[in-house]
Amino acid sequence: MSILIDSNTRVLVQGIGNQGTFHAKRNADYGTTIVAGVHPKRGGEIWEELDRPIYSSASEAVEHEDVNTSMILVPAPFAKDAIMEAFDAGIELIVCLTEGIPVHDMALVYNTFYPRAADGSFTKKGRPVLIGPNCPGVISPGKANVGFIPEESTRPGTVGLVSRSGTLTYQLMHELNEAGVGISTCVGIGGDPIIGSDFLDIIPRFADDPDTEAIVFVGEIGGTEEQRVGRWIHEHIPDTPVAAYVAGFTAPPGKQMGHAGAIVKEGGDGGETAADKKEALTELGIAVGMNPSETAQLIIQRLG
Amino acid sequence: MDAAVNLMEYQGKELFRSLGIPTTPRGEIATSAAEAQTDAANYGVPVMVKAQVLTGGRGKAGGVKYCRDADEARARAEEILGLDISGHTVEKVLIEPASEIAEEYYLSVLQDRSSKGYKVIASVEGGVEIEEVNRTRPEKVIKEDIDPTVGLDVDRARGILTQAGFPDDAIEQAADLLVRLYEGFVASDATLFEVNPLVKTTEGRVIALDSKVSIDPSALFRHADLAALGEGVVGDPLEVRAKEQGLQYVKLDGDVGVLGNGAGLVMATLDVVSQAGGQPANFLDVGGGADADKMRASLALVLSDDDVRSVLINIFGGITRCDEVANGMLLALDQLGDIPQKLVVRLDGTNAAQGQQILDDADNPSIITAESMVSAAGRAVELASQA
Repeated sequence: MSILIDSNTRVLVQGIGNQGTFHAKRNADYGTTIVAGVHPKRGGEIWEELDRPIYSSASEAVEHEDVNTSMILVPAPFAKDAIMEAFDAGIELIVCLTEGIPVHDMALVYNTFYPRAADGSFTKKGRPVLIGPNCPGVISPGKANVGFIPEESTRPGTVGLVSRSGTLTYQLMHELNEAGVGISTCVGIGGDPIIGSDFLDIIPRFADDPDTEAIVFVGEIGGTEEQRVGRWIHEHIPDTPVAAYVAGFTAPPGKQMGHAGAIVKEGGDGGETAADKKEALTELGIAVGMNPSETAQLIIQRLG
Repeated sequence: MDAAVNLMEYQGKELFRSLGIPTTPRGEIATSAAEAQTDAANYGVPVMVKAQVLTGGRGKAGGVKYCRDADEARARAEEILGLDISGHTVEKVLIEPASEIAEEYYLSVLQDRSSKGYKVIASVEGGVEIEEVNRTRPEKVIKEDIDPTVGLDVDRARGILTQAGFPDDAIEQAADLLVRLYEGFVASDATLFEVNPLVKTTEGRVIALDSKVSIDPSALFRHADLAALGEGVVGDPLEVRAKEQGLQYVKLDGDVGVLGNGAGLVMATLDVVSQAGGQPANFLDVGGGADADKMRASLALVLSDDDVRSVLINIFGGITRCDEVANGMLLALDQLGDIPQKLVVRLDGTNAAQGQQILDDADNPSIITAESMVSAAGRAVELASQA
């Protein structure tokens, strides 16, 4: 098995310009089922490079085709509308690769996808899964690839990989691949301030997946999500081999305007530097590498 | 590494006025003591002379002064102009009629990643010690999540301010101001609207005495007016040049130039350079899908830093194609002519083989290719120490 995508994945592509076509073609050549494309002005035409139909909207596409996933690559100013169009069409998995979407747009999207319950938590159950934006996509090696992830850098296997950073994800996959270790699914969740799925939306799926034996997660400086991930792993899957890397041990400190940022950070989750996160995760029994190579070695050792 | 557009106080207040947020009467910007004197004389009332810099702690650094008359305004402007406040040189001062303050509060609206939306922060203990108040008496600083699909109406605003302990005679004005602040924050695609202090004047008016405004750089395409305000940034000349070229560049202290694609990978590259015993000279992320031209501009930028003794180019192609990267490198070297530094290049991912072939065919003596990220870092550090 794998998570999110597999050989039953049927992809609609929203955004079929040069980039969209280039990557959709690559995904199709890998064996991913690309069903159709969406372009507001080209409905009814044939998407020649892929030999698939073009519809003028996601809703129109789902009326005519069997689709369960959308891959979005439209330019940032139109991305919010594209995501909402996929949502309104009832598509279960929406992978948005677009970079540079305004944060206010994503705040609206997120709160529409996942309405707040009375206790302030977000309702995820029964709602579509949004991956990204500003992410490289998802790959289940040997089954499907939705996005930019270079498939030649990996092979099918049992390690679940989840990361904020695109290129760093590739680096980790590559290091594992060099050692003959493959991936069940790799999810690039994206690095924007508001993303549809966080580490804790993905890691429990790996925990439930019988074919994922080990997990690697790659964080970054900023925020304290990594500490929450560490506590969840410590509590729920203490026996699963897990390794982490937090990029930015030598990153320059960011500049902060005003006091508001500092005030909301007083949450008791600990520091936001790579060293702070490594320390917190290590205390929870999670192996943290100092660089991608060391991290790959750590998970290989734990796999035995 | 974020490139948010931060507004100076006078720009933020101008934005506040256009959004109907009550603030101080419009002031004048002076770049010389003589100008400050003229402005103050025109007002004919006591004025504030306030340093305009994009950093906090202005008051503590002596950058904000009350002046009874024009002569005093001249003398204080003389002292403040040219002052260094946390590395920012004061080039202009705001001259505005002084407000008579009865009470100081704190109010802000911000983007908050953990709450997936917005937060309002309110306190009746405004002023420079607000972070200290929050640490020692957190119950005095009210933090409320706002759902963007619901927004903030005047009833909710009143509720938040009541909880924060705003006095009865200020609460209606403050609630109205908070709603305008929230609506303006959303309309401006801001990541922060902070008012510290929000004051009640002796006449009983509630106004924003200061402004801290940051705008989401990704939303500037729909705010041409605000984008223009962020231009003319001061800072490291190379960082300014990078910003003009749309590159993510941060100058660091070492001698190994670093260039890669994706913030995460570049940060990891800095990590391996320091673990190899070297010191990175910069952070440069060419971004996703960089073409040959962007690659050329990036390399030229890194090489124009005199401290750079070797360059590590670490590319893992995804949306970025390694053949484009290789072509960009050769283009840059063509234009730059003979360079003393060696470039250690590591290519993997999309079209890596084609990229490698392009570099092999070019056979340029400045380029050394490496197999892995760690070995590339080791080689670059070694070359920097020999140079």
